[in-house]
Amino acid sequence: MSLRIVVTVKYVPDATGDRHFADDLTVDRDDVDGLLSELDEYAVEQALQISENSDDDVEITVLTVGPEDAKDALRKALSMGADKAIHVEDDDLHGTDAIGTSLVLAKAVEKAGYDLVISGMASTDGTMGVVPALLAERLGVPQVTLLSEVSVEDGTVKGRRDGDTASEQLEASLPAVVSVTDQSGEARYPSFKGIMAAKKKPVESWDLSDLDIDEDEVGLGGAYTVVESAAERPARTAGTIVKDEGEGGKQLAEFLASQKFV
Amino acid sequence: MAEVLVYVDHVDGAVRKPTLELLTLARRIGEPVAVALGNGAGDTAAALAEHGAVKVLTDEAAEYADYLVVPKVDALQAAVEAVSPAAVLVPSSAEGKEIAARLALRLGSGVITDAVDLEAGDEGPVATQSVFAASYTTKSRVSKGTPVITVKPNSAAVEAAPAAGAVEALSVTFSAQATGTKVTGRTPRESTGRPELTEAAIVVSGGRGVNGAENFAIIEALADSLGAAVGASRAAVDAGWYPHTNQVGQTGKSVSPQLYIASGISGAIQHRAGMQTSKTIVAINKDAEAPIFDLVDYGVVGDLFDVVPQLTEEIKTRKG
Ligand SMILES: Cc1cc2nc3c(=O)[nH]c(=O)nc-3n(C[C@H](O)[C@H](O)[C@H](O)COP(=O)(O)OP(=O)(O)OC[C@H]3O[C@@H](n4cnc5c(N)ncnc54)[C@H](O)[C@@H]3O)c2cc1C
Ligand SMILES: Nc1ncnc2c1ncn2[C@@H]1O[C@H](COP(=O)(O)O)[C@@H](O)[C@H]1O
Repeated sequence: MSLRIVVTVKYVPDATGDRHFADDLTVDRDDVDGLLSELDEYAVEQALQISENSDDDVEITVLTVGPEDAKDALRKALSMGADKAIHVEDDDLHGTDAIGTSLVLAKAVEKAGYDLVISGMASTDGTMGVVPALLAERLGVPQVTLLSEVSVEDGTVKGRRDGDTASEQLEASLPAVVSVTDQSGEARYPSFKGIMAAKKKPVESWDLSDLDIDEDEVGLGGAYTVVESAAERPARTAGTIVKDEGEGGKQLAEFLASQKFV
Repeated sequence: MAEVLVYVDHVDGAVRKPTLELLTLARRIGEPVAVALGNGAGDTAAALAEHGAVKVLTDEAAEYADYLVVPKVDALQAAVEAVSPAAVLVPSSAEGKEIAARLALRLGSGVITDAVDLEAGDEGPVATQSVFAASYTTKSRVSKGTPVITVKPNSAAVEAAPAAGAVEALSVTFSAQATGTKVTGRTPRESTGRPELTEAAIVVSGGRGVNGAENFAIIEALADSLGAAVGASRAAVDAGWYPHTNQVGQTGKSVSPQLYIASGISGAIQHRAGMQTSKTIVAINKDAEAPIFDLVDYGVVGDLFDVVPQLTEEIKTRKG
């Protein structure tokens, strides 16, 4: 038996950099260094673990939709141990929203062939956490999302989802779309050997025409939402800072009382 | 007046507070029609009517509990077809966002997640969002289809606004996908007796500086003196000192209380992402250079093991 896993990974601006908007109110990707979203490293890690625990022949493909530089994210995932990569890149993709991204991912996943899609819990820039659910809806396969534990056996995926009010055990048959949280287990660092091997692994490039997607369906023009304005949040007005010289707790209580919290 | 669908988050009929906030926001756009699903759905009606629901559509089918997400999407879709609303509002929980996104895709609509405010606009509701770890505020709207918007807890005040709240059965035909993901077990979270983290008016959080699970008692004592919820940084959670359900930040809960008190937390960007929209921020940290002090209304540079117990005592004294 063989198991084809596609891991969706996003190339995102570094959260510790100075992120801001470009003139067209899309995320400015020029000024801030990008990287493989940390939350997608957990998805790559779980794919690798499923592969390591399986008697099947597992092939792991990493897939990204993003600009030229997004290749860096693919390289990182390959150096962690994925087998091959697909990069969907097209100038018309600029400004694509979650609905459009899910369309491109769905077409690409179908073209690649899959038994299991593994995504991260959310992208660290958009932080919507909806693409995996959208992908499942489009593919018409079960959504087994936000798992802090996942396993695959005999064509069935099982996992634990820690929700707001309860922790749930989930089960679905393959093919399915899974997303994993940062509670699923630390992601490994690429080894030197892994980094060297990654250089020789295949990276395919597809554009919209390869996926039979019309340019009107994606990009800023195809978006289902418009950002009307983006304003930098005014810096919080400088607060009072005191050094504790034995009365710090009391001074703080006084402040809280003055604000009617006590 | 146009109707606005509000998805009801409830536990066995007890309506959770963010849903009541949604009713306040929904009234700015139109007449709220609530959709309550699953066990106890009918019991939600009184609370919903009191807060402005003109109608409550209910369905108590077992599918909502037995299978993940999709049955709820099927139900909301049925409700949209029955009501033709001006917008659909859903509480911004992890599940709420997934339901909203799938619904929007089916309706050919756009979806906006994590709104912190909502107002009526000429071209449909305008949602305020807080992005890039709350360093930017954006205003957006849905430009295609029926707007589907998820709204974060604490985005509006709960207001009483009695309305009819007539209960009607919603008739739902489940899709082929509805039974795809089976819920084979469910362990409800144990209640701590403290307020829900995302709903609390005051949150008291501890970080790596708390230095041990046993020391979280100091944080809890302060929280209890204020009737607050307890939060933790990821460092404290990863160290196993406090449960992940209490983590505040990008990959934990996002909170927006009236008052946030951070003890022994440095204020990393991922932590700020989950608390920066709090109204008043207070920090206790022994490092005067900690980035958390850039955010505070009041900060104490000092050892939390001295400051926090003194603060707790003083609050208790003042409250008498
Ligand atoms: C993708 C991703 C997602 C993340 N998500 C989250 C998230 O959701 N939430 C989150 O919190 N973090 C998150 N992080 C981690 C984040 O980057 C920080 O590592 C974390 O917030 C640090 O926690 P801390 O402030 O408790 O610890 P530290 O940064 O180690 O700070 C501890 C602070 O305690 C102070 N201190 C020590 N002893 C005392 C004392 N006795 N009295 C007073 N002060 C004392 C120190 O001066 C220091 O400032 C995420 C990181 C990544 C990469
Ligand atoms: N452009 C993209 N390319 C590949 N995967 C993506 C992309 N955008 C989102 N994803 C996947 O969807 C998950 C959730 O993203 P989001 O819904 O944007 O928060 C991410 O963790 C990724 O696995």
